[in-house]
Amino acid sequence: MKPKETAEHYILSSSPHAHVHSSVRRIMLDVIIALLPTTAAGIFFFGMPAVWTVAVCVSTCIVTEALCRMAMKRDNTIGDLSAVVTGLLLALNLPAGIPLWMAVVGSVFAIGVAKQVFGGLGMNPFNPALAARAFMLISFTGPMTTWLKPFWWKTPEAATTATPLATMKTWFAAEATASASPHGLCDSAATGIPCLWDMLTGNMPGCIGEVSAIALAIGAAYLLVRKVITWHIPVAFIATVFVYSLIAGGAPAMAQVLTGGVMIGACFMATDYVTSPTTAKGKLIFGFGCGLVCMLIRQFGGYPEGCSFAILIMNSVCPLINRWTQPRPFGSKK
Amino acid sequence: MATAILIIAGIGLVAAAALAVADRYLSVREDPRIGMVTAALPGANCGGCGFAGCDGYARALVAGTAPNGACAAGGAACAEAVAKILGVEATATERRVALVKCCGTRSEAIRVGDYNGICDCNVAAATAGGDKGCTYGCLGYGACANVCPKGAITIADGLAKVDKRLCIGCGKCVKACPKHIIELVPASATVHVLCANPDKGPAVRKVCGVGCMGCHLCEKNSGGKEAGHFIFQGFLAKVNYENPPTDEQVAAKCPAKCMSVDPHFETGH
Amino acid sequence: MKTVKSSFRFKGGVHPDYNKELARDKAIELLPLPAELVISMSQHLGAPAKCIVKPGDFVTRGQLIGEKNGFISVCVRASSSGKVKAVEKRPGPAGGKADAVILDTTAQPPEAPESPVASTGEGPVLPPLDWKAATREELLKRVEEAGICGMGGAGFPTAVKLNPPPGKRCEYLVLNGAECEPYLTADFRVMLERADRIRVGIEIMRKILGQCAVRVAVEANKPEAIAALEKALADIEGNVEIVVLPVLYPQGSEKHQIFATVGRVVPEPPALPIDVGCVVENVGTVAAIADAVEKGEPLLSRVTTVSGDAVAEPKNVLAPCGTKYADLVAFCGGEKEPPAKVISGGTMMGFAVPTMEIATTKTTSGLLLLSRRRVFQYGSGPCINCGRCLRACPMNLNPAEISKAVEADDIQAAEKEYHVMDCIECGACSFGCPSYRTITQMCRRAKNSIRARIAAEKAKAAAAAKEAK
Repeated sequence: MKPKETAEHYILSSSPHAHVHSSVRRIMLDVIIALLPTTAAGIFFFGMPAVWTVAVCVSTCIVTEALCRMAMKRDNTIGDLSAVVTGLLLALNLPAGIPLWMAVVGSVFAIGVAKQVFGGLGMNPFNPALAARAFMLISFTGPMTTWLKPFWWKTPEAATTATPLATMKTWFAAEATASASPHGLCDSAATGIPCLWDMLTGNMPGCIGEVSAIALAIGAAYLLVRKVITWHIPVAFIATVFVYSLIAGGAPAMAQVLTGGVMIGACFMATDYVTSPTTAKGKLIFGFGCGLVCMLIRQFGGYPEGCSFAILIMNSVCPLINRWTQPRPFGSKK
Repeated sequence: MATAILIIAGIGLVAAAALAVADRYLSVREDPRIGMVTAALPGANCGGCGFAGCDGYARALVAGTAPNGACAAGGAACAEAVAKILGVEATATERRVALVKCCGTRSEAIRVGDYNGICDCNVAAATAGGDKGCTYGCLGYGACANVCPKGAITIADGLAKVDKRLCIGCGKCVKACPKHIIELVPASATVHVLCANPDKGPAVRKVCGVGCMGCHLCEKNSGGKEAGHFIFQGFLAKVNYENPPTDEQVAAKCPAKCMSVDPHFETGH
Repeated sequence: MKTVKSSFRFKGGVHPDYNKELARDKAIELLPLPAELVISMSQHLGAPAKCIVKPGDFVTRGQLIGEKNGFISVCVRASSSGKVKAVEKRPGPAGGKADAVILDTTAQPPEAPESPVASTGEGPVLPPLDWKAATREELLKRVEEAGICGMGGAGFPTAVKLNPPPGKRCEYLVLNGAECEPYLTADFRVMLERADRIRVGIEIMRKILGQCAVRVAVEANKPEAIAALEKALADIEGNVEIVVLPVLYPQGSEKHQIFATVGRVVPEPPALPIDVGCVVENVGTVAAIADAVEKGEPLLSRVTTVSGDAVAEPKNVLAPCGTKYADLVAFCGGEKEPPAKVISGGTMMGFAVPTMEIATTKTTSGLLLLSRRRVFQYGSGPCINCGRCLRACPMNLNPAEISKAVEADDIQAAEKEYHVMDCIECGACSFGCPSYRTITQMCRRAKNSIRARIAAEKAKAAAAAKEAK
């Protein structure tokens, strides 16, 4: 039987009755748009393997999300595009030459374990893409640290190499008394260290999406203009890395910022809403912490990059930061 | 090797001595009957008795500050067991269960709007008085179901329904309902009036197809006013649960179809 | 008198679509007297008035029909002559039922007055007073017997506000002409067309409150109103300033307006504006005070903006209190299309109502009919921690955490850690939420249950005290 209704049948809801018309879907779409330049740059430098990795990660994430929601008897949430963002971010944080089945395993881990087990979007304590990357780094250490050279198809005999930071680490260890900076030399053929210009454009080995600083900066600028992210985390993160490396010495500060995933980490991974603080003060602390931990890992740890672990560690203290930085109500006394 | 054994043995000795001293001087003597009474209570910790859980009630019982028989969940059997332990008289109590006094399903009761907000009766009632035309009716947003410690209340077709088998009569739902239409009734009563609207017949008919119009037919069919099976409040019939009607035909003869026999599992029509 | 720009900007705030162009250029029109009026006894904040008429009684316009019932209460007068058809409980815009007098106005032929100012009716209801000669007490009594309450929305009894408790002095009288709610233009039209009345009102209020500085707060998107006020107040004596506020919601909130105009911060509840030496009144109320004193005209009608995209002709209507929404809409050319939502008040803080049978009160600033296209649906999506609500909250609260605490039924956390009782329910948090969460409603829910708990505790303490005696 049809429910009985009165002739005048209006929607009853509590105020407000106006909305800015933003939506989670639109925000995720903005993130995807912002990631397009760096995706394009990655594909430009690393070719078809990059295309395949991105395609496999994104599609696996979508399928896993749908299956998880079905298994949990919850609404299907692939429409909010968050699974696409996770897949894309994971792909951009993988080396281009990774075996595709590993990418599949990583994507399933990202959505299934790091996100849906906790209840889906908004509930996960760790950034799903980074959690999956950390998982893969430990499980598949070899393939995860084998890097294709940009335009590797031109030199098929030596397609893989170490990342610039790893090279720099060895280089500085060997020539601790080096008088000239590697940029002064800019002899990538001899040292394996890319020039500043190469670091900006992305002509260096690394993960698909982390190499091109310019592409990443364009994406970050788009997010800032669209007010999807605020400046606090990226600025605090990058500034901390920069200042720390100026003080600590070793590889030049510009190189520390431009390589090893700091750019993508600061602009796209650390700014993930769910796993970062909400207040401006909290964001500054969070960004500072990410930069500090990242540099500590780089200086004293076993991994030459350390950016993803730094963000994951800061993710875990995010609830604490949120508690410390509760806003004080307008008009309240101390 | 020997030193290690000696150290371990020494630690053991010191700790044992400390424990012995603690037991002698720091122990708290508790009436053992508290534990026994707690064990005799159902352990639902529903708070229906007015005390903080079963343990709180047990303490009050032993202290003699609470009447035996306040536990609705345990019922007579529990009261007897407690009586045995404490040697006090059990005050006879009838098992009581919750009853939602509304049968206005989505197909019978008019909805005046589409409510869009938090799924909770209290909040819905605060938003333009709720979306139900009848301002006395069950909104069906589950405030009662949310507080039920036994999961005895389900919401179906915009209406809350109590499962008599699961209900322990704690009365939490009675307090939670913003419309105050849940009542604890004797479990043995079978005939109920499922309406709480005291308005005049035409006004009730305007908003609900199954509302009580106060026609007094149930009273007539159950032996008249002298029999005292029903009480009238405004234009609303209420079952006198001190003296509930037993003739189930009375319900079937209700012209408004707002009466029902044991509505706890089905709406009756 | 001078015009200054506000030099204090509060944190947070949002920019909703104002949609004021629908009705802003429509001059105030007088509604022909409706055949039936539903005059509620609860048109204000506080205790409802006590009804003193019974069905069958014949009342004249302005006659007292509801007596003030308690300290925070306001009397109610008949908005028109007529016969009392019934006295029964009727739902108000917020949903709560209160006694209402249903008045048949056809029992006496309605008269057509010429100007809105003169309003409906023959002679003055109360004897006009010369405010220059009258004493403070006389003026205050007049405000009270004219049944004036705040016309901005909350409806706080004006006589109570104008009579600060001993020991507290009003240093600043702030006139609220911000009208930051979308769609509404009633206050704007009053400022534009009745600036002279506002001036008289200021003089009277200054007399009641003692000499104090006056700040007239108007948002920058109302230059015509500012010009009209500048003209009317040009030669006023004393410290009077028109403060131009930046366009920002909720600029009309009492606390934020005091901050924006005077730079003072009202402490958290239960502190009131008078604790920092301020009294805030809506501009419409000020004009009503002028009428009540100079013309002996009680608060019987008010300007209501009828707007929204489902109304044929949006208008600013001067209608007697107790006019049914259906009559207002009919006067505005009826519905252009079936509305999906009907709102009493503005879109940010107004109430969605289930029927057009509800009647206006002294606080009905607007009636909005919105089509399906203008209505959004709340969802039950998860909070994604984006922090938009934190940035939007003018009270600098953490709405995201409050809503999560309420969802987890942890009202205590909402109260103690996230200070939900400071919430002014402005709706800025829900307005920007990309998950369409019912954040404002959750705050309301928490506040209601906290208030209920406090009331229960008080009752318990009172009962215990009684027993102890």
